[in-house]
Amino acid sequence: MSASDTPKRSMRTPLGRVRNLGAAHSGTSDFWRQRITAVAMTLLMIPGLVIIMMLLGRNQVYAAQTLSSIPVAVILLLFIFASAWHMKIGMQVVIEDYVHNEKLKLTAVMLNNFFSIAVALASTYAILKLSSGV
Amino acid sequence: MVEFALPKNSKITGGKTWPKPAGATETREFRVYRWNPDDGKNPSVDTYYVDTNDCGPMVLDGLIWIKNHIDPSLTFRRSCREGVCGSCAMNIDGQNTLACTRSMHDVKDGAVKINPLPHQPVVKDLVPDLTNFYAQYASVEPWLKTTSPTPQKEWRQTHEDREKLDGLYECILCACCSTSCPSYWWNSDRYLGPAALLQANRWVSDSRDEATGERLDNLEDPFRLYRCHTIMNCAKACPKGLNPAEAIAELKLKMVERQI
Repeated sequence: MSASDTPKRSMRTPLGRVRNLGAAHSGTSDFWRQRITAVAMTLLMIPGLVIIMMLLGRNQVYAAQTLSSIPVAVILLLFIFASAWHMKIGMQVVIEDYVHNEKLKLTAVMLNNFFSIAVALASTYAILKLSSGV
Repeated sequence: MVEFALPKNSKITGGKTWPKPAGATETREFRVYRWNPDDGKNPSVDTYYVDTNDCGPMVLDGLIWIKNHIDPSLTFRRSCREGVCGSCAMNIDGQNTLACTRSMHDVKDGAVKINPLPHQPVVKDLVPDLTNFYAQYASVEPWLKTTSPTPQKEWRQTHEDREKLDGLYECILCACCSTSCPSYWWNSDRYLGPAALLQANRWVSDSRDEATGERLDNLEDPFRLYRCHTIMNCAKACPKGLNPAEAIAELKLKMVERQI
């Protein structure tokens, strides 16, 4: 990038620009939750995969019977919860990295939240419906 | 969105090939990025041939030889020529490093390709504008902050506490790390970058400092600190062998420690 390509400069001092609106005093919670959900997914992945393998090619009655077991339903619910939360945080990081238009960024972050919640709720509903035999 | 391609007026065009020095028996080809803010032209890459029997072994020696013998308009920063000042940081053969400590013989195969540090505005040729980089360094307030009465002689520190600053105090602020970091490329207006964060950790880790919490408060931000995704380009680029990524990880650990 040559000097003439420099994004439009204001009369603010360089330090003023760097300090800008100040620190948000947040970010650590998301950072920590991302690690917690990553560890949780690692732990839940093997039992989760075993359950999914057991259900492959089986009919709905068998699936409902398997999911009626509380440990099986809990493992799947925890896996959904951890992965949806991890997905939400991870996608938000990607949006913040690459989308620089403020309006577009806020919209994308909002849609990302809606999508993650919708995926989590839909999956939870499906598991609960099957496990309760309704 | 971030820009992945160079703007039109930054696209590199063909440059001038300077004649080989007369009477030289051994030469090394140098391809050097050129851009002059005054001529209104796009950047170009000029080709020079350095008489290796007439100049020192380092890339900086080659550049100085070119400036003295071929093209006095070639512009670059240099001062100590021994890896202490950090002035001659540039991108050599695709790697950010110091021209004074990189031997031209270590650049294998063909020409020595030299560009300014990536993703910074260029002042001229190999001179980047590091105003934002220095302001980011200033923003971490790199000095001892205390409220206790100043001791008559000095602020004392145990040998063990002093050792905690090893790997941090050696930073020469050459900007090789920050300008090699993709996160810094995309968000250098808000992300402090590896160099400033390593310096921040240097003061956070100093047992004599009494503003640790205040310093962490100033860093706790999704952009200032948490844009670091542990890509590790910084550690690979550092010509002093430091590990800014580890320093940033220590900062994150301290952030978590004080919350949990």
